[in-house]
Amino acid sequence: MSKRVVITGMGIYSCLGNGLDAVKQSLYDGVSGIIFDQERKDLGFRSALTSHLDSPDLRKALSRTQRAFMPEQAKYAYVATEEALKNAKIDQDYLDNHVVGLLYGNDSSAEPVYRSVKAMYDKGDTTMIGSGGIFQSMNSTVSMNLSCIYHLKGINLTISGACASSSHAIGLAALLIRNGLQDMVVCGGAQEVNPYVVCSFDGISAFSTRESEPTKASRPFDRDRDGLVPGGGAATVIVEDYDSAVKRGAPILAEVLGWGFSSNGDHISTPNVEGPTASLEMCIRQSGVDIREIGYINAHATSTHVGDAKEAQAIYNVFGANGPEVTSTKGQTGHEMWMAGASEVIYSMLMMKNGFIAPNLNFENPDEDSAKLNIPAKRIEKRFDMFLSNSFGFGGTNSTLIIKNL
Amino acid sequence: MEKAELIEKINSVLAEEFEVEPETITPDADIKQTLQLDSLSLVDMVALIENEFKVKIKGSEISQLKTFGLLYDYIAEHQA
Repeated sequence: MSKRVVITGMGIYSCLGNGLDAVKQSLYDGVSGIIFDQERKDLGFRSALTSHLDSPDLRKALSRTQRAFMPEQAKYAYVATEEALKNAKIDQDYLDNHVVGLLYGNDSSAEPVYRSVKAMYDKGDTTMIGSGGIFQSMNSTVSMNLSCIYHLKGINLTISGACASSSHAIGLAALLIRNGLQDMVVCGGAQEVNPYVVCSFDGISAFSTRESEPTKASRPFDRDRDGLVPGGGAATVIVEDYDSAVKRGAPILAEVLGWGFSSNGDHISTPNVEGPTASLEMCIRQSGVDIREIGYINAHATSTHVGDAKEAQAIYNVFGANGPEVTSTKGQTGHEMWMAGASEVIYSMLMMKNGFIAPNLNFENPDEDSAKLNIPAKRIEKRFDMFLSNSFGFGGTNSTLIIKNL
Repeated sequence: MEKAELIEKINSVLAEEFEVEPETITPDADIKQTLQLDSLSLVDMVALIENEFKVKIKGSEISQLKTFGLLYDYIAEHQA
C-alpha cells in the first residue's frame, strides 16, 4: 500500500541566516551571503570567495563529550535539526518512544581528516589526535552524531551523492515512508565551510574569480558567469507518513509528491542534457502531476558555464517555452553542495508559504540557453502551490523532487 | 616550576578542557569520576597532558593514576 509522504518540520543554518525567519527575510530581500576570505588567498587559493557562517556555540546545549565528536557541519546540522524538530512539534519523549529514522546528506569531512593526519606527522604519536578525530572524520559523521544525540532507532545512514546528496536523502526517505518501512525520517544535508574541503575544487578552476565583487560572483544563468562560489551550513526536513502526522496532530506543511533520479553515465564533471532530463521526467511521472501545476522551478544551476547551460536545456526540453519561473538560489548562497538539495527545498518552501519568488541574483544578461526560460532577476510576488527542485552532482548523479503545498 | 604552581596549572587546564568546577579537583578525588571520563575521553586527557606539560603517560601506567594526587606526582616526576 502506497502511503502519502509529507513534510512536517524544517530547520536551517545558512549563510542567509540562522533559522527559518531570518532566511525567509534574506530570500525576500535578495541578500547575498558571499564574502572574500583572506585566509584562502594566503593559502594560495585561486579564488578566495566563499559563503560566510559563524560557528554555533553549543556549550550549553551539548556536553563536552558530545561536542568532541562533532565537526563543524555536524554542529550546523544539530542547530538545523533542533529547529526542525521544534517546528514539527516533536520532543525527546516522542523520539524515545517511536522508531524514527535519519538520512542525512554529507560527502566530506576534510578538516578533521587534515587535522588528524597533521597531528600524526607533527607529534609522531596517533594518541595525540584525540578521541574526536575518528568520529569527526568519517563521511557518516553527521548521521552518527545526530542519531546518538537524539537516541534515534530507525534507519541511520549518510547519503553521499556529491552535490545531490541531500536531495537523494529526501527522495529515499520518501520511498521508505511510501512503502511503510518508516513513519518518520529526519532528513537533511550538511556542508562544512573551510579551506580544506574546497582547496582541491579550487585547484581545478571551478570557482568564480570575481573577487573584487564577492556578492556579484555567483550569477547562475547569467551570460557572464565564471564559476561557482562554495558555500555551506545545514538544513533539516522532517519527512513523515501522512497518517502518522495527522494522528499526532502535526503541522503538515507540504507533500513530497515524487522523486526522480538518474545517472548521466558520462563524464565525471561535465554534465550532459540527457541525464538531468531523465531525472526531471521520472519525477514528473512518479508525481502524477500535469506540469502546468508546477508554479516554480528551483534549479540546481551553480553559476558554471556548462552546468547552467545543460540544465537550462533540460528544463526547456521538459517544460517548453511557457514553463513557470525558474531561479537558482545559489546566486544568494553560493553552492551549498552536500546541503544544497535539502536547503533548496527549504528555500522553495519558504517562498511557497509566503507567496514570493526570490530573485535569481546577478542575472543581468541571459545567454542563448537561459534566454528560453522564465528567469526573474528581481523578486516577484506570486502564489504557487507546487514546485520542482533539481540537484545534480559530480559523477553525473541527478535528483529531482516535486513538492506540493498543503 | 614549583609543585604548588604545577598543581594549580594542572587543575586549571583539566577544569577548562573537561568543563568541571575547579574546586572539584582535589588530590584525593578520583580522576575518571571527577572529569567524567570514559575510555575515549581518557585519550584526550593523555593528549592534553602531553601537549601542556610535555609528559607522555604510558598506556600501561594510565590505569594506575586513579587520583589527582597520583597524577600530580607523575607529571612532576616525569617533567624534564
